[in-house]
Amino acid sequence: MNPSDLNSRNPRAALGLAPCRLCDPRAPELARTNASSLRRFGLLAAAMFGFGFALIPVYDVFCDLTGLNRDAAQALANNTQVDFSRRVRIELVANVQDGAVWRFGAPSRPVDAHPGQLVRVEYELENLTGRPLVGRAVPSYGPAAAAAHFKKIDCFCFREQRLAPHEKIRLPVLFVLDKNVPRDLGVVTLSYTFFEQGGGKRT
Amino acid sequence: MPRPRAIGAFIAAWLSLSAPLVRADWRLNLPAPKSEMAARIYDIHTLILLVCLAIFVVVFGAMFYALFRHRKSAGHAARHFHENTSVEVIWTVIPFLILIGMAWPATKAVLDQKDTANPDLTVKVTGYQWKWEYDYLQDGVKFMSVLATPREQIENKAAKGKNYLLEVDEPLVVPVGKKVRILLTSNDVIHAWWVQELGVKQDAIPGFIRDTWFRADEIGTYRGQCAELCGKDHGFMPIVVEVKSEADYQAWLAGRKARLALAAADADKVFGVDELKARGEKIYAANCAACHQADGKGLPGVFPGLAGSRVATGPAAAHIDLVLRGKDGTAMAAYKDQLNDADLAAVLTYERTAWGNAADAVQPAHVKARRD
Amino acid sequence: MDAHATPAASVRHGPPTGPMRWLTTTNHKDIGTLYLWFAATMFLIGGLMAMLIRAELFQPGLQIVQPELFNQLTTLHGLIMIFGVIMPAFTGFANWQVPLMIGAPDMAFPRMNNWSFWLLPVAGGLLVGSMLLPGGGVAGGWTMYPPLFLQGGISYDLTIFAIHIMGASSIMGAINIATTILNMRAPGMTLMRMPLFVWTWLITAYLLIAVMPVLAGAVTMLLTDRNFGTHFFSAAGGGDPVMFQHIFWFFGHPEVYILILPAFGIISTVIPTFSRKPLFGYASMVYATASIAILSFMVWAHHMFTVGMPAAAQLFFMYATLLIAVPTGVKVFNWVATMWQGSISFETAMLFAIAFVCLFTIGGFSGLVLAMAPVDIQLHDTYYVVAHFHYVLVTGALFSIFAGIYYWLPKWTGHRVDETWGRWHFWLSAISVNLLFFPMHFLGLAGMPRRIPDYALQFADFNRIASIGGFVFGASQILLLIVILKCIRGGEKAPARAWEGAEGLEWTVASPAPYHTFVQPPEVK
Repeated sequence: MNPSDLNSRNPRAALGLAPCRLCDPRAPELARTNASSLRRFGLLAAAMFGFGFALIPVYDVFCDLTGLNRDAAQALANNTQVDFSRRVRIELVANVQDGAVWRFGAPSRPVDAHPGQLVRVEYELENLTGRPLVGRAVPSYGPAAAAAHFKKIDCFCFREQRLAPHEKIRLPVLFVLDKNVPRDLGVVTLSYTFFEQGGGKRT
Repeated sequence: MPRPRAIGAFIAAWLSLSAPLVRADWRLNLPAPKSEMAARIYDIHTLILLVCLAIFVVVFGAMFYALFRHRKSAGHAARHFHENTSVEVIWTVIPFLILIGMAWPATKAVLDQKDTANPDLTVKVTGYQWKWEYDYLQDGVKFMSVLATPREQIENKAAKGKNYLLEVDEPLVVPVGKKVRILLTSNDVIHAWWVQELGVKQDAIPGFIRDTWFRADEIGTYRGQCAELCGKDHGFMPIVVEVKSEADYQAWLAGRKARLALAAADADKVFGVDELKARGEKIYAANCAACHQADGKGLPGVFPGLAGSRVATGPAAAHIDLVLRGKDGTAMAAYKDQLNDADLAAVLTYERTAWGNAADAVQPAHVKARRD
Repeated sequence: MDAHATPAASVRHGPPTGPMRWLTTTNHKDIGTLYLWFAATMFLIGGLMAMLIRAELFQPGLQIVQPELFNQLTTLHGLIMIFGVIMPAFTGFANWQVPLMIGAPDMAFPRMNNWSFWLLPVAGGLLVGSMLLPGGGVAGGWTMYPPLFLQGGISYDLTIFAIHIMGASSIMGAINIATTILNMRAPGMTLMRMPLFVWTWLITAYLLIAVMPVLAGAVTMLLTDRNFGTHFFSAAGGGDPVMFQHIFWFFGHPEVYILILPAFGIISTVIPTFSRKPLFGYASMVYATASIAILSFMVWAHHMFTVGMPAAAQLFFMYATLLIAVPTGVKVFNWVATMWQGSISFETAMLFAIAFVCLFTIGGFSGLVLAMAPVDIQLHDTYYVVAHFHYVLVTGALFSIFAGIYYWLPKWTGHRVDETWGRWHFWLSAISVNLLFFPMHFLGLAGMPRRIPDYALQFADFNRIASIGGFVFGASQILLLIVILKCIRGGEKAPARAWEGAEGLEWTVASPAPYHTFVQPPEVK
């Protein structure tokens, strides 16, 4: 078949005119199917936009379930028995995001504790400015797998901290390392980073 | 596993012979490993490279054979087959089996890389824009590690040294053969702490700590760089690890502690202006020149100049406060915890008297008074 | 430019002439042409940035650009090449070829088609124009990781805005292409009889619709973190900077396949033509493409092996990534088997296709090396990674675009390609591109981090070679422009079937393709 015949079957095309979509008998039906495809794909795109945001809670739930990262460790401690057969060294670390306004100190010595034993340590926080400050500590654990074994009974990181100008406070943490903490985990690190709430943002 | 490494070295040697321009010091492969983990990574890499090379030769051998023998200009007529189920199944299954073989040693290495338990020494490393801080948690020793290459070398005004861009003022010092656990965090943006010869790389993430470890096999100096884009001077924050014998390490640690005591004593001294200025120039070059520039002129529109600036020529108190506490909403960091009183007094004095500035000098006592 | 004129068209009133024709056109061929010229323009801009980068890296020390500008160049080079060159070029091919290949008169939504194109120059303008703003352009890397990305100035907000616009454009384009393929095939063209290029684009369109909105979501969160005090990605407010990387790469890895699947389609069209033999393993090609697309949603965290994931996650992502090698291998084997026992000739399009198969495979192998989590610890964020993705995107995606241009130019312009100039273009490009990117493997292995404006002395020699290769590669592309312009202006007339071995509906219409084709659907037997 001569290629150009394909087009000459349509008189409008033969004259070089735009094809008249409406005179094609298939046109109304095709327009309907196309419109419904458009709707479906549009909905899919909108759903995926939402999914991008949903990934944040999904990720948190995933971490809770698997005991990765942070929040899982906020669960209250069970009444545990103490495993006197071994000790775990707990290093305490303090970080502060804006050294100009806070001084945030960790106990200088690491703590040795039996799994299951109740441990209390105190951090120190000082407001270096002449204005009242509100801040919050974010915990982090090293290695990440340790997070699942920290059972905190009370922690300053559960709440916002408010400090009057130049006030200096002590911040207690009360926790138990559960007795299932793996034997090869000889040293674990509990770290807090202190952030000012609603301030210190770089633009 | 010395064998694969020997083969890797052979390939590297072969490649270097085949390239006409090659000089002896051209590195074609991972550097010689100086820790057990780095050695295992080296071996896994060699293994995969060999497998890939073999597949490449077979597949493209066939292709180039076809290109040569089955070309139209040689009068070859096409044969119109277009599928063959058994061949297709074979070339799906065989790669799958090869992949399993490659994944096995890698799995073991991943598990060991993650095993940070029972370290002999823990060092907390904090990334700053654009320097590293090392904190020996058990010993109370803490210092900043800053690029030591002079600006003139970077700007091509002086000949470049042997360790250009890979040298720092204060390296991380660790004992040989001991398991060193690195606790990483960052003060601002994400950085990555990487020393290739020791086989360790880990991102430093603000607000979180991450850990990794290494055990150096040999005494020596190992150099690395920040591996995560962290802004303007990402290319200028190297890492240097000095691995010493246990005795040398202890001596170094004792010296460090003595210096801390000395610095505390400095805080109560009164220095001459020239003495402060000379000391301040070095501190300025290490901490301030990246943004405010060595000539004190800053980068217009991005970083303010200090030559003739209102702050650097105005009342000392405001200047001290700014440097101590930084400035919100800008890249100006707080130096309160980074520098001691004497160093701060020195750098402040330098800024107030250099580039034609003629303000009063600052003494350590002034800085101390404004800390609280 | 009257490339689409047919003898019969001399009496048409047809489309408006001059700039209004291009602004208001709803014709798939016009829009395809617009996409391709837009890609060419952005290729020039992004390429000039690459030349500046290579010039700065020619020797150690800071010579031509300062670190701030260097970071802007690498960031914009990446964004422009991905969103401004490869993606629009493939969309241009789809606009031209998909209706021709499936026997449809036009795209399903011609007016939306016009919109999705004209959004692109706006976005491109915003992106490039932001470099002129005070504080300079965006310099946080094309991956836009916070908190670094939260530190920048107004140009960062404009970049986010530009990405939103480009995302909207790609989503509209993808919906249009998918709908056209699903609803407007000629009678008799079942899904499993579609040309492979159409198949790969159908799957690509699904990927685009699924992941571009995720990117839009991620950058929207950046925008609100920057301007409206939210804390999605800052630990201060309970957020997590690594979270961004997870969301970004959930988009980013499928994006990699968005950039390469249409390339597979083009290569699977070109190789059978010049081997004068049908594609080997058509069905397995389709299944391999689909499985690559599905797997691409399960491997994102292999871009993040160094963030400190638990071992179980590292292992999962390592295994999933290795699995992708299987369908990719199937494709390469099928291409080689297509050439086997063929009657091969070496037109420029075929030369680029052969180079694609070889060099893309090198990129695939280095990908395999990087997929090994322990090895990636040493190579992550080094020049090895730069070498890897440039082998995949330049000698992969870009070479397939070159092959496609040489292959379909006769259909678009009605003239045969000047093969002599084409060969020069090919050999210069193929040699220089290896000179440019192969030494980067060595640089990465030896420990040179990526995204640095200055480097230690031991990296000097290979950087100099790479820069020389880069300059030659850049200059060679002028030849491509000459070939295209020559082909538009004249040359030997091409028949409807421009290549001896070419199969498919697009070769049943005249060359150049008339402005309107397949107004009556053809029968596919």
